[in-house]
Amino acid sequence: MDDLLREFLTETAEHLDTVDAELVRFERDPTEAAVLRNVFRLVHTIKGTCGFLGLPRLEALAHAAETLMDRFRDGLPATSEAVTLVLATLDRLKQILNALAVAGTEPPGEDADLIDALESMATGQVTMTGAEAVAAGWSASAERVPVSSSVEPAAALDELAAAFWAASGPDAVTLPSPVPGPVAATPETEPGATKAQTLRVNVDTLEHLMTMVSELVLTRNQLLEIARTSEDDAYKVPLQRLSQVTAELQDGVMRTRMQPIGNAWQKLPRVVRDLSSELGKQIELVMSGAETELDRQVLEVIKDPLTHMVRNSADHGLEGTQARIAAGKPARGTIRLSAYHEGGTITIEIADDGKGLDLMAIRRKAVERGLASQDAVERMPDAQVAKFIFDAGFSTAAAVTAVSGRGVGMDVVKSNIETIGGVIDIATEAGRGTTFTIKIPLTLAIVAALIVRAGADRFALPQVAVLELVRVGARSAQTVERINGAPVLRLRDRLLPVVPLAGALGLDAPVPDDAFVVVAEVGRQRFGILVDEVFHTEEIVVKPMSAKLRSIPLFAGNTILGDGTVVLIVDPNGVAATVSAETRQADVDATPDGSAADGTAARYLVFRSGNDLRAVPLSLVTRLETVAAERIEWLGENPVLQYRGRLMRLVPAEAGMAVRRAGSQDLLVFSAGERPTGLLVDGIVDIVSEESEVEVTSRRPGILGTLVLRGRATDLVDVGHVLSLSDGTSPLPATSGPRPDPIALAA
Amino acid sequence: MTHPDQPPAMSGATHDYVTVTVGEALFGLPIARVHDVFKPASVTPVPLAPPEVVGLLNLRGRVVTALCLRRRLGLAPSTSGESGMAVGLEQGGETFGLIVDGVGEVLRLTRDSFEPVPPNLDARWRRLALGVHRLDTKLLVVLHVDALLAFEPAAQAA
Repeated sequence: MDDLLREFLTETAEHLDTVDAELVRFERDPTEAAVLRNVFRLVHTIKGTCGFLGLPRLEALAHAAETLMDRFRDGLPATSEAVTLVLATLDRLKQILNALAVAGTEPPGEDADLIDALESMATGQVTMTGAEAVAAGWSASAERVPVSSSVEPAAALDELAAAFWAASGPDAVTLPSPVPGPVAATPETEPGATKAQTLRVNVDTLEHLMTMVSELVLTRNQLLEIARTSEDDAYKVPLQRLSQVTAELQDGVMRTRMQPIGNAWQKLPRVVRDLSSELGKQIELVMSGAETELDRQVLEVIKDPLTHMVRNSADHGLEGTQARIAAGKPARGTIRLSAYHEGGTITIEIADDGKGLDLMAIRRKAVERGLASQDAVERMPDAQVAKFIFDAGFSTAAAVTAVSGRGVGMDVVKSNIETIGGVIDIATEAGRGTTFTIKIPLTLAIVAALIVRAGADRFALPQVAVLELVRVGARSAQTVERINGAPVLRLRDRLLPVVPLAGALGLDAPVPDDAFVVVAEVGRQRFGILVDEVFHTEEIVVKPMSAKLRSIPLFAGNTILGDGTVVLIVDPNGVAATVSAETRQADVDATPDGSAADGTAARYLVFRSGNDLRAVPLSLVTRLETVAAERIEWLGENPVLQYRGRLMRLVPAEAGMAVRRAGSQDLLVFSAGERPTGLLVDGIVDIVSEESEVEVTSRRPGILGTLVLRGRATDLVDVGHVLSLSDGTSPLPATSGPRPDPIALAA
Repeated sequence: MTHPDQPPAMSGATHDYVTVTVGEALFGLPIARVHDVFKPASVTPVPLAPPEVVGLLNLRGRVVTALCLRRRLGLAPSTSGESGMAVGLEQGGETFGLIVDGVGEVLRLTRDSFEPVPPNLDARWRRLALGVHRLDTKLLVVLHVDALLAFEPAAQAA
């Protein structure tokens, strides 16, 4: 039996129980329109789902019952006969459902008796006896007494029994056997596989249990801490046992809150089916990992974002059938939804094989909306450009269709995911499709966290955002360097912005000689968090911040560690926000007027060209790359490189320099202007910070002058000249002129 | 039932106060609002928090936000160097620990000795006080618990 059917059975069984109870309430007080509305809605839902699942018998019955109830809404008096008839219909539904649960298909049979009775009741031609007989007969034969209410069903049964006896005997409608023999017997022996194993428990009860278990875990941790330092062995064994039981209890309680993610997906096949016809596209939805479990609280939060993203993929991601065929793709587009566990997190992927994001359009739009300058957008890696779609109100769709653009944007999706400590990522390839990856914690209540120290205090950093740890300082290979006061770390030839945690928190702490950079990733933003010390990873119980402190964006909550200390949980999203805030601040500081604020030291990238050392202002370098020499292609005399989907001109650092034909080639990428240019160098030496004047104004083309860096005469390369060699435009104003101001260069 | 924060309305009715001291000053907290009296241990400071917040502390597995009554009243920091005592107050399902210099006895006082807040009191104090009881040797300022806890939440960090 497939999951959809199983879920339908469980859900419908619950619905029917509710309808039973509600209907009885309605009969007692027909003026209560709300109750009727409720009942009507439930029956309507059942009918709709049956239609969708292809269960004609159930659908026909539910439809007839719905028609009658619709008449109630129109004012038809809800006589007890009518209600009894509806209840009898419900009982028939339950019997069919039971058979369905056993066999997986609807049992053969005929419901004309009930349907006729319902219809005639609805149209007012009441053949009371017949209807009653049908109703009474069925109700009496129904073995299950509705459990929802302890008083009403008994009363209802009495009434039914009376109705049964009052019915005229032989000429009453002969009851066809709607359920085959073996199935009719099943309700007693197997009373609905759908019902017996589940028990509805109030969510509050579960939450309370969870809280208590969390407290127990903390107390256990404290006891273990004491036991570690104690000599007394007498209680070590029972403590061990307590520890184990606590762990199992925690696990068990956690599991009660777990639900398969498939619960959030159930409705998607239908959604996609509808979209498919609405948009005139052929779409196949492939789902895998539906059984992956996660906390129900988390499930609730991601349900709507997931639906939205699938709609988006169908609407914007996939091309129309014609376009697909033209592109040589299968006519049917595929949306792949998958989920799997990865450590303490669950990863959900929504992938389509559509046209991919139009990155050029996004770049254009980002500039139009003033989110970034033309220059910055050009320099931005594609992955970062794609992230603009998470900005509020950002839509490059030429037309907002009925399907998408209903007010829920990707920004809402992103913020929903971030509120539960998750991250969302996007990967797109033109013509091949787009994949969204969502990484969320399994549960919000207990998370793995890295315990770190900044200043005098310890803090917890959720593990989900942590990529790696880098030891920095005097005694290690890596150091945190500063560009105009902004700390950065060189990590595998990339510059990583670094936020000192103590600084972000406004703590007045001295910079230690030895420290750690926690490399974190939030969305596509990667940054380092500088901390003084890293201790260990610990499973922590997240407690919410006090209402008075919730407005501090840097904290996600607090927790009690094993030793009883309260520590604050740092919110990586909050730290990420300070990265860009500080970046903006740095931009402001870097204006010529503010240049003296941070000393006059400028930073230079020193590289080798033959036997000479050359330098360029670091601020002008976009990236450092090392590429395989084979990747360099030649257009006549000119070397070029396919770089990020574009062709990049390569310029040797010195005329006549031999471009490598084998091995690897180092190059500096400059992005000023429209196109990137690569400067070929023989090796990257260092980044040097020095207050140095350009000492000799050079008359050599391409060299601005000479600097003394680390005691060595170093030629300062005219980047503007380099760029002009590449695209024929005039040298950049910032670097032209005989005596450039090194500070302006560094800005 | 009278609101626990309100001074007794009728003459002759009594009201119980937990007395606390800050420096030389004596304050009364309506006993119905006081859940606990404890010695604060290992308070974790909260960076970027409002100045009144001393930090967070662990009270039998619950995380309690510790407030300094001195700072709340705009007084200079204590010079004694002792950590003082904490009074557990509940508001909106949350527990707060009000840090004071010392906790004294519980006093049962009648309306007869009650006076409204003198108008020449510091504006900050006027907001936090419900009135004053004339005791034999001292004055007892009755604190308004909800006003005490209604300080400005932390500003958005820059």
